[in-house]
Amino acid sequence: MALLEIRDLHARIGDAEILHGINLTMDRGEVHAIMGPNGSGKSTLSYVLSGRDGYEVTQGDILMDGQSVLEMEADERARLGMFLAFQYPVELPGVSGMAFLRAAVNARRKEQGLEEVDQLGFVKMARVVAKTLGVSDEMLKRAVNVGFSGGEKKRYEILQMALLEPSLAVLDETDSGLDVDALKIVSEGVNAQRGKNVGMLVITHYQRLLDHIVPDYVHILAGGQIVKTGDKSLALEVEKNGYAGIHNAA
Amino acid sequence: MVATVETINQVEQATGSYKYGFVTEVEMEKAPKGLNEDIIRFISAKKDEPEWMLDWRLKAYRYWLKMPTPDWAKLNIPPIDYNDIYYYAAPKSAEKPKSLDEVDPELLRTYEKLGIPLNEQKMLAGVAVDAVFDSVSVATTFREELAKAGVIFCPISEAIKTHPELVKKYIGSVVPVADNYFSALNSAVFTDGSFVYIPKGVRCPMELSTYFRINEKNTGQFERTLIIAEDESYVSYLEGCTAPQRDENQLHAAVVELVAHHDAEIKYSTVQNWYPGDENGKGGIYNFVTKRGACRGDRSKISWTQVETGSAITWKYPSCVLRGKDSVGEFYSVAVTNGAQQADTGTKMIHIGEGSSSTIISKGISAGKSQNTYRGLVEVHKGAENARNFTQCDSLLVGDTCGAHTVPYISSRNPTGKIEHEATTSRISEDQLFYCLQRGLDEEDAVSLIVNGFCKEVMKELPMEFAVEAQKLIGISLEGSVG
Repeated sequence: MALLEIRDLHARIGDAEILHGINLTMDRGEVHAIMGPNGSGKSTLSYVLSGRDGYEVTQGDILMDGQSVLEMEADERARLGMFLAFQYPVELPGVSGMAFLRAAVNARRKEQGLEEVDQLGFVKMARVVAKTLGVSDEMLKRAVNVGFSGGEKKRYEILQMALLEPSLAVLDETDSGLDVDALKIVSEGVNAQRGKNVGMLVITHYQRLLDHIVPDYVHILAGGQIVKTGDKSLALEVEKNGYAGIHNAA
Repeated sequence: MVATVETINQVEQATGSYKYGFVTEVEMEKAPKGLNEDIIRFISAKKDEPEWMLDWRLKAYRYWLKMPTPDWAKLNIPPIDYNDIYYYAAPKSAEKPKSLDEVDPELLRTYEKLGIPLNEQKMLAGVAVDAVFDSVSVATTFREELAKAGVIFCPISEAIKTHPELVKKYIGSVVPVADNYFSALNSAVFTDGSFVYIPKGVRCPMELSTYFRINEKNTGQFERTLIIAEDESYVSYLEGCTAPQRDENQLHAAVVELVAHHDAEIKYSTVQNWYPGDENGKGGIYNFVTKRGACRGDRSKISWTQVETGSAITWKYPSCVLRGKDSVGEFYSVAVTNGAQQADTGTKMIHIGEGSSSTIISKGISAGKSQNTYRGLVEVHKGAENARNFTQCDSLLVGDTCGAHTVPYISSRNPTGKIEHEATTSRISEDQLFYCLQRGLDEEDAVSLIVNGFCKEVMKELPMEFAVEAQKLIGISLEGSVG
């Protein structure tokens, strides 16, 4: 059974329909890239998938492991194993990073019928993972995303992904605002988590991220629809000819 | 450890009143409703008080009769019929539920969320508890330890008899009888409260808590607390209850007086979670409290920390009179209002001594249809050379039907004074909420987490044993406020 199946998905914000019938099927172990120009509906897709308020699905369905998630709230979908790495991670002033991460991990574990991790156990666990992503102990102690640089915020997202071990990870423009070095660290973090149990949907504007996170499939999103699907060579084509070229050819 | 001892002591209290048959004696112990000089004489006689105490009460009563009710706060207070109140022995003790089955399930659900043990739940709900612990020895150990240090910690009614010279010297010296309407009322009719005396050079060996004291449960409406810290002494005092208590008493008018001498420090922490009434504003406690500390000695320090989540109406301004040279006053406050609650709370920092300094950190959180006001005064007197104040008032709005107001009064009559005031008003953003939800936290946990983050600077001032429950409380108070 497919991990994620998006069927003829139409969605709107207010009166404006942004997604006009998207179809996509992804299995565990696969990495799919969604590329598209500004305003093509990339971010909308990530919010509709994760169940953000204000985004209304008017037609179609989203299934995770064959189960429709449309009626589920954002937190239910998250506990089911859906993770969204934010394009702009949100600051939570005063909220201890450790407490936040542990609450998230325990919410997921509870759903999976696993025992909750205690504070000490969690600190140990988080430190080990943090180290591989270049997240310092000092950063772990700070309030969530407060005072983090752009690169730190993205690393912190990937850290959360590593701790939560999602089955479906949606990475929304993870490369935005990253310099070459930071991009490398973040990509390595993502690649380390690739495996047969997780499917990744990598949303990006630029091909450069896909040099580091090499996708199995590339979909071109334009005007709220997937206009072309191919392998990684499609991304290179975009880089060469621009989105307009692809769109017109399709 | 302290929490366990508190539990034991609570059970002891409950079993104590059970053992002595409160229920059967209550009729005799109750004065008729209403307020007049005879009632005050009755209270004083019941307490077996000396003449001077009665005179003091009567004087307060006569002032009170002439005083108007204060109306300057941003509160809508329905008229109170002072003759429709029992001033001695609240009738609630006669109506104790016999088992938890008779207690409001909503209340029990809250206890459960707070993780309160079953016996403690019974105690809080006013159910008679059978003796489970051999608690007498524990209580005795505590009393012995305090006595060894020379600390006096007893009901004020007892102190009036056993240490009249101390009570006479200090009572009303910080909050004079005619200070305000509610303090005058309290002075006339107070039934009990705590008395604490820390001798010179003594660091009180444990956190003192109202939980420890016998007879706490029925001091009810008009509590009077007096804490005196002699030179170079230190005490940390915890007041209140982290679980909500049902209480039919509408009006609570307490007075707390603190006196710190040279190099002494008093830390006073409150967690208040009385019944807030229903979402339409029916029922609930009116919490009209006068709390004031006098930093009389040089380098003395008084620190107030409060977490206010309960009560239908809160009118409360824990203050510091900074008379001593280089004395320090602090006020850390979290006030949460939801439903139809109203709070008008803040502090007064009166700088008289040279080099005195004060810090005010106030965090107001309003949700539902509530109104939450910070009202504060920073006053620098002429002789207060180099006085300093830093004030930070932050308001957080949850939803769009509540109100947050900040009313700071600043007056400086000394040009060397340095006063800073910062204020912010913010909202829980949809972005923040979604971020938390996307990580698998449900909406209530998300709000609780964000709000606790907002209050962090204040929460870290709370003693450890209060902090955890206070955090949970804030979450519980805001339940149903989002979505």
